[in-house]
Amino acid sequence: MLELALKGDKKYWGWIIALLAFIGVGFAVYLKQLDFGLGITGMSRDVSWGFYIAQFTFLVGVAAGGVMVVLPKYLHDYKAFGKITILGEFLAIAAVTMCLLFIIADLGQPMRAFNVILYPTPGSVLFWDMIVLNGYLFLNIVIGWNVLEAERNNIHYPKWVKPLIFTSIVWAPAIHTVTAFLYCGLPGRGFWLTAILAPRFLASAFAAGPALLILLCLIIRKVTKFDPGKEQIQSLAKIVTYAIILNMFFFLCEVFVVFYSRIPSHMSHLQYLFFGLHGHGALVPWMWTAMIFMGTSIVLLVIPATRKHEGVLAFSCVILFIGAWIDKGLGMISGGFVPNPLHHVTEYVPTIPEILITLGIYAIGLLVLTILFKVAVNVKEEVGGLKDSCESC
Amino acid sequence: MENSRRSFLKVAGITALGVGTKPVLNVFASSGGHVEEPKPEVSKNEKALTAKKWGMVIDTRKFHSAEDLEPIIDACHKIHNIPELPEPRHKIMWLWEDEYKHVFTHREHELVNDRIKHLPFLVLCNHCEKPACVRACPTKATFKRDDGIVLMDFHRCIGCRFCMAACPYGSRSFNFRDPRPFIKEENKEFPTRMKGVVEKCNFCAERLAVGKLPACVEASNGAITVGDLDDPESEVRELLRTNYTIRRKPDLGAGPSVYYIV
Repeated sequence: MLELALKGDKKYWGWIIALLAFIGVGFAVYLKQLDFGLGITGMSRDVSWGFYIAQFTFLVGVAAGGVMVVLPKYLHDYKAFGKITILGEFLAIAAVTMCLLFIIADLGQPMRAFNVILYPTPGSVLFWDMIVLNGYLFLNIVIGWNVLEAERNNIHYPKWVKPLIFTSIVWAPAIHTVTAFLYCGLPGRGFWLTAILAPRFLASAFAAGPALLILLCLIIRKVTKFDPGKEQIQSLAKIVTYAIILNMFFFLCEVFVVFYSRIPSHMSHLQYLFFGLHGHGALVPWMWTAMIFMGTSIVLLVIPATRKHEGVLAFSCVILFIGAWIDKGLGMISGGFVPNPLHHVTEYVPTIPEILITLGIYAIGLLVLTILFKVAVNVKEEVGGLKDSCESC
Repeated sequence: MENSRRSFLKVAGITALGVGTKPVLNVFASSGGHVEEPKPEVSKNEKALTAKKWGMVIDTRKFHSAEDLEPIIDACHKIHNIPELPEPRHKIMWLWEDEYKHVFTHREHELVNDRIKHLPFLVLCNHCEKPACVRACPTKATFKRDDGIVLMDFHRCIGCRFCMAACPYGSRSFNFRDPRPFIKEENKEFPTRMKGVVEKCNFCAERLAVGKLPACVEASNGAITVGDLDDPESEVRELLRTNYTIRRKPDLGAGPSVYYIV
């Protein structure tokens, strides 16, 4: 089916070339990082994880979010989602690909990455994260490809795919839970040391992932002949609404516990993020923007009239996505390192090379997404007429 | 004809399999214990200093200012080829000094007496009983020895820095760039590191192995003592018995092996 991605109009190729340009720049800067070391980033002894790990964390959420179209289809037999499950699965593939690349980009000795397999250490959460991420990637490639190929040939997908689909439904929350466990099991980091971290991660994932999917559906409708469907988009919007409300609720639970208990080692991180600490407050405007964006999106999503208006819905999804990205991709990781275990404040700001490498990896993700979506949409266009009569698809 | 060819292939296949697995089987046979092969012997230096559980007591009463600590820190950093990097954020520290309120974050209070408030305290890896860094490491590049010393294998470390996030004492440093050009005087008896790996205090394991005390102990004029925490007769136990001592963040349960007399 991949050959479908080789045929496209000028706009399509223009987009691909633009992405390749970003990838090229990112790769060149990565070679520089490989040569010099991670010193070209803004990370420090005190803030030892930065932009890369934050993007990784956020994108694990986007990947897990894909399950929000798969689950209703296969567990609740919600047929309308049958039309777009493939988009959820392919989005997950692109997102996990980026996650793995961000981990590689963050390693000080990437050529030794296989030591994780050579010396397996089940006591380390990172070992499990490696397993769940690669497993999820594998599951989505196998499932997505087989289901789409069957759809193209107008037959039912092979029987052995079904157990894999159910596995992937359980697997999706697992990838983000394990990712949260990377942080929330560490004894000296009060910001992450909270049982609500994994639920919070999942809620924000199930909001940001499907919100992105809505936007992608709207784009697909605009640039191709395939219409993901009004009902589908509205159902996704309801999922996004509940998830973002839960995300906000979990966050406020955290805020209550931290500020009512007034335990400094837990409080100081939120203080740093939202009010600044000892004169340092680089993230303060960002964090408030995130809160305002997520809050506004809740209002616009809860009111039926604004949710049903696709223009407003698109706007809500954009600000929600940006809000969730700031929350997780900016505040969540460096927030945990500031102040450091000795209560010193060292701020972290990503450097230009770091941002270029990050953009390069995002471009790779978008390239994978473009190619996969191109294939999926072309198949949908091909079988267009047969669609409604095919129960299994 | 067809039949005989098939059986030939079968036999040939089995033979090939046999030939192919012979070396593998040999390995299994030798590891089975039937054949007595001389094992490579790791000889221990007779002078080596050993303990069941290494620990350290720092008598902070013997220090008065940062100048008292400088030679101790220098001794450690010189012996271990610690670079002096131009960027503060790339700093590598095995042993350093900080104020009471930063070192003992859980004990800090505004009205603490003047001596403690302004006294610099030595900070280093605590060689914890239950080290969070060892638990976090995905490759066992950092590990705890039977004698309690927490060590790093610089050649196995992949530089994921999970251990740095896990350590509640901020005791670990990462080589954000090649440290070698920034080592003032290289000590050929201790390895230098490459970029991209984590490092920290190793309790001078390389010195204990040849019967020497840790560099900081030697340079401290008796203010720092190391010994066996499991031996009631040891000097560290004597110090702990006769002085009030504190540890950093004991509430986390990591079990630091570095004690401070205040």
